[in-house]
Amino acid sequence: MDVKIKNIRKEFARFPALHDLSLDIASGELIALLGPSGSGKTTLLRLIAGLEQPTEGQIFFGNEDASLKSVQMRNIGFVFQHYALFRHMTVAENIAFGLKVRPSATRPPKAEIRKRVADLLDMVQLSGLEKRYPNQLSGGQRQRVALARAMAIEPSVLLLDEPFGALDAKVRKELRRWLREFHDRTGHTTVFVTHDQEEALELADRVVVMSQGKIEQVGTADDVYDRPGSPFVFSFIGSSSELPVTLKQGAVHFNDRPIGIADQGEGRARLFFRPQDVVLTDGAEALSGKVTACRRLAGTRIAEIDIAHGAGSSDKAHHVEIEVPLDAPVTLGGDLSFRPTRWRLFLES
Amino acid sequence: MSKVASRYRDPASETLSWRLILILLAVAFLGIVVVLPLVTVFYEAFRKGTGAFIAAFDEPDAIAAIRLTLTVAAIAVPLNLVFGVAAAWAIAKFEFRGKTFLVTLIDLPFSISPVISGLVYVLLFGAQSYLGPILKSQGIQIIFALPGMVLATIFVTFPFIARELIPLMQEQGTGDEEAALSLGASGWQTFWYVTLPNVKWGLLYGVLLCNARAMGEFGAVSVVSGHVRGLTETMPLHIEILYNEYNFAAAFAIATLLALLALVTLALKTVLELRYGDEIAAGRKH
Repeated sequence: MDVKIKNIRKEFARFPALHDLSLDIASGELIALLGPSGSGKTTLLRLIAGLEQPTEGQIFFGNEDASLKSVQMRNIGFVFQHYALFRHMTVAENIAFGLKVRPSATRPPKAEIRKRVADLLDMVQLSGLEKRYPNQLSGGQRQRVALARAMAIEPSVLLLDEPFGALDAKVRKELRRWLREFHDRTGHTTVFVTHDQEEALELADRVVVMSQGKIEQVGTADDVYDRPGSPFVFSFIGSSSELPVTLKQGAVHFNDRPIGIADQGEGRARLFFRPQDVVLTDGAEALSGKVTACRRLAGTRIAEIDIAHGAGSSDKAHHVEIEVPLDAPVTLGGDLSFRPTRWRLFLES
Repeated sequence: MSKVASRYRDPASETLSWRLILILLAVAFLGIVVVLPLVTVFYEAFRKGTGAFIAAFDEPDAIAAIRLTLTVAAIAVPLNLVFGVAAAWAIAKFEFRGKTFLVTLIDLPFSISPVISGLVYVLLFGAQSYLGPILKSQGIQIIFALPGMVLATIFVTFPFIARELIPLMQEQGTGDEEAALSLGASGWQTFWYVTLPNVKWGLLYGVLLCNARAMGEFGAVSVVSGHVRGLTETMPLHIEILYNEYNFAAAFAIATLLALLALVTLALKTVLELRYGDEIAAGRKH
C-alpha cells in the first residue's frame, strides 16, 4: 500500500520536532529514514504508525486518510528498537498475539492461528523455538520474533525503528541482508529508521535524509551520494571536505586566488568535494597546504592537509582530507597542491 | 603460603574481633527488640495451658473480632488493589499536570499519624459533622460501624500497592503497551494481557503488605470503631480490651494469630523476593 505524508508538522510541548514535511512512498518500496539523532526520523515513523498524533497535516494509506484512525485501526506492523517482546509469553504466543486479540468475528480459528505461527516461524528461520521465552533468545533471534509478530497481522505497512541498532556488527550485517530478501519475497511497503548510512544506502530503494525536523533529500543511494542536494547531505553521507570560496566570473577563488576550477554563479559559496575526487598538480592555480598526517587505507593513502588562510588572517587553517596515490611524493610537514576533479558548490544567498 | 594468604585482609572488611562485636551487637539488639517480644507473645498465650489458649477463641466476641478483621481486609484490600493499580498506571504511563502532587498525595497516609487518619472520618461523617445527620436520616451509619472502619483501613493502607507498582511500571516504560496497541489490541486487552502480567509479582507483594497492615491496623480503626464489643471490634482492638481487663492469656492467644499472620506474610515475602527479586522494584521507602 502506498503512503502519502502531506504537510506534517509535529510539536512536543511547543518544541517543534517536524516542520511541514511531505513524502510519498510507493507501494512495495523499502524506504530508509536516515539522519543524526534529533533529526525527527523516529517521530516521523511513529506518526505514520499512529503512536503519535500530528500537530498539523495528514497521512494517507492508499486513498484513505489514516490520520483519523487510531494505531489499532491502521493495521501497521511496528518493530521496536528494543523488540518490546512480551516477556511472559512464549515465542509462539508473542507471534499469535495480534491474531488472538481480534474480535471473534475476524479472529481466525485456533488451528489456523497455529498454522500461521508455524509458517511465520519458518519464514524467520526460528522453527523449533516456539516454546522458548524471549529471555532465552539472542538479540538477533528476538528481532526476528518481533518481525514475525508484526507480520502476523498482515500489515499494510511495515515500520521498523532502528531494527539493528542493538545488535553486534556481524549479526547486524546478516540480518540486513536477510531483511532485504524478506522484503523482496513479501513485497510489503517498508519504512525503517536508522542513523547508520551504510545500512540505509545498502538496504533501501530510496533514502530519506533528515536533519532538524526537515527532509534534506529523498533519493536512491546513487542520488544522495553522487548528487547531494544540500550542504548537510554532502557532509553527512560519506566523507567530504568543505572550504569557503568565492566565485568571480565563473572561476572559483580561495583566499582571493583562483584554484583552477570553474562553476556557475557569483559571490560567496561553500565548496564540497570527496577525498577520492582530487588530482595532485604542480600548477599555480590549485589548493595547497601542509600535510599534517598521512595514513594508509586499503589500496590508497589518505593525506590530511591544513590549508592556511592568506597572510594576515588569524582564522584557523581549514582541515581537508584527500586520497593520494601510493607512489605520490608526500612528506609530513611538506606542501601539497591539488585540485578537485568533481565537486559541488552551494552559493550563500 | 597459607600464612601469607591468611594475613591478607579484604580492604573493605574489618578484623575478626571487630566483626564479632558488630555481629553480636546486631543480634543482641534484634533479640531484645524483635525476637523476645515475639517469644513472649507465644509464651504468655500458652502459659495457662492449651486449654486456656483454645478457650480464648471459643468466645463469641473473639470470633466476631476475627470475622470483622477478615471482613474489613476482604473489602479494603481488593479496593486498594484497584485504586493502587489505577494510580500507578496513571502515574507511570501518562504525562499530565499535577503528577508530582498526586505522588505526594499517595504518600500522605505514610506521613500522617493513624489516629488523625481515623479522626478525619469522624469529623467528616460523625454526629457533629455536616454529612453525618444527612446520612443518618437515610439510615446510613458510617462512623462506629463497618463502613467507617473500612474507610479508615483503606486510607491507611492505600500507598502499599501503588508505591510497589509505580517504580516497577516506570522502569518498564510504555514499549510493550505500544507493541500491543500496534498489533490491534484494545486498551483493555493491552492492560489485561500485557501490563498486568508484567507487574504481577510486584502486585502480589504489594497485596501481601497491604493485607498485613489492613489486618493489624489499630490507631485509625480504633478512633472510628466506637468499641462496641462483638460488633465493631477487630482483632487488634479486641486484644487491647482483653489486656485492659487483665485477661492476659486470652489477649496473648488472639495476639498469636496476628503474629502468625505477620510471620506468614514475612515468609511469603521472602519467597517472592528470592524468586522474583529483579521484578520487584528495589528502593522502597517502607
